[in-house]
Amino acid sequence: MLSGAYLADDPPNLASFGNEPFWLTLVKVVAVFIMLVVAVLLTVWAERRVVAFMQQRLGPNRVGPFGLLQSLMDGIKLMLKEDLVPAAADMPVYVLAPIIAAVPALMAFSVIPFGPVVSIAGHKTPLQLTDLPIGILFILAMSSLGIYGVVLSGWSSGSTYPLLGGLRSAAQMISYEVAMAIAIVPVFLYSATLATSGIVASQTSHWYFWVLPVSFILYGIAAVGETNRAPFDLPEAETELVGGFHTEYSSIKFAFFFLAEYINMVTVSAVATTLFLGGWRAPWPISLYSGFNEGWWPLLWFWGKVIIFLFVFIWLRGTMPRLRYDQFMRFGWKVMIPIGLLWLLGVAYVRTAQIHASNPRAWYIVGGVVAAVLLILFAVDPGHRKRQRAAELEEQERLAKAPTLDRIPWPPPESGDGDSGPPTTRVISAAGTAPRQES
Amino acid sequence: MLSPYVPIVTMFCLATLFVGASVLFSSRHIGPRRFSRTKAEAYECGIEPTPQGPGTHRFPVKFYLTAMLFIIFDIETIFIYPWAVTFGFLGVFGLVEMVLFIATVFIAYAYVWRRGGLEWD
Repeated sequence: MLSGAYLADDPPNLASFGNEPFWLTLVKVVAVFIMLVVAVLLTVWAERRVVAFMQQRLGPNRVGPFGLLQSLMDGIKLMLKEDLVPAAADMPVYVLAPIIAAVPALMAFSVIPFGPVVSIAGHKTPLQLTDLPIGILFILAMSSLGIYGVVLSGWSSGSTYPLLGGLRSAAQMISYEVAMAIAIVPVFLYSATLATSGIVASQTSHWYFWVLPVSFILYGIAAVGETNRAPFDLPEAETELVGGFHTEYSSIKFAFFFLAEYINMVTVSAVATTLFLGGWRAPWPISLYSGFNEGWWPLLWFWGKVIIFLFVFIWLRGTMPRLRYDQFMRFGWKVMIPIGLLWLLGVAYVRTAQIHASNPRAWYIVGGVVAAVLLILFAVDPGHRKRQRAAELEEQERLAKAPTLDRIPWPPPESGDGDSGPPTTRVISAAGTAPRQES
Repeated sequence: MLSPYVPIVTMFCLATLFVGASVLFSSRHIGPRRFSRTKAEAYECGIEPTPQGPGTHRFPVKFYLTAMLFIIFDIETIFIYPWAVTFGFLGVFGLVEMVLFIATVFIAYAYVWRRGGLEWD
């Protein structure tokens, strides 16, 4: 499917930015800020409503029409709540953590293009705050900075659950950050630029979604891991870690972690739209009329595509059970990264054949044969039997060594002095799993 | 080339002002404040909290390994980015170079995998 053969008169490029009066910049910054906050409020509301409908419930429907004002009221309520600070908290870091989480999330959106050049009060300006030659790197950097907020909040709370949640979260986000960064490289092989406006401009004839479907899927999975959303919401796994890194946060500080998470969702959706779905360009049948790719119309297409992504996020949460941590990390390191790198090499090979080869057909035949051999090897997996046997042996050995229940000493051996042991409550909770000696 | 960064700085100021003011002032002055020793304790489902003073945070060393692997692979990715952007000018030579580079990192990757560095249990 084509996104429209029509080429806009002046697609914004790097030169279109940075030559407008400062008041216009200020207006655009405030507009983007308000747009993001409203998007978050609506996403929270939509999430509760959609998940409710998926579970045969109604969801919030009392405050305002269809309950639309529910999240705003929740925000105000959180502001009026007591701001608890645990006694063991490391105070400056504890206060700084929600700020570090929320500010980069807001900043990342400033390089997202959501429209072509329009005219505001006589000034021609692109519907995008700014663009950098390193646009995508800037977004990646901002999402990495957000990790600091999460890990510092867990560290500074002085409590066990947040510490574990924060560490898990850091490990998870950096693992999926690598996968995400590798997954989007093939896009730059086609666009030859990191500037977001340039990437959108290079998708006039075909969206990268059709050229690079594997990249798109990898990016989608990594985005879910990166934003700590179900089924990858291990940092806040309620059943194991209570609330994870924000267990000890209350009042407005908690609200900002919430805000940051949803802004990150909106941002990764916007980045996916920009990289793979043609950004603000109208989808195919609509794009046949060129007027829909000009003026303010593109805002509609851009947000439409973002909303589809956000719906998928909510849909996943309503459908999928949470992964176990080891499964999750194994998937990130052993599946996502190798597939991303191999796909990158494959795309680079095809691009070389397209751009530089004098005889592309020979290149395609050689590449196809190599790919086929690799695929067959992967499917047949010659070493499979041997590895399976080794794993079985190892498992038997492990079982033979493992302590059985009746070998656990009970009651536990007396330690030298009475008061060096753990508190009473801990002994009782540990005893709950061991068999009772006498009844 | 500085002016494209002006909107970003503006956004940073606005966001910091909004978030910072809310965190530092609004919750302190709007919400109630009633001190209670029990409320100030760390939450651990009602049992006595594990003592955790500053500097006593202990965590599995596994996370350390993950962080080191992240650095290796993130640097690899950062090397790939400029190559991808200038791909059109590099010709077949660029492809060969990148295949060699990724193969080198793949050797390290295979080693880590083989030694169980990617296992999590």
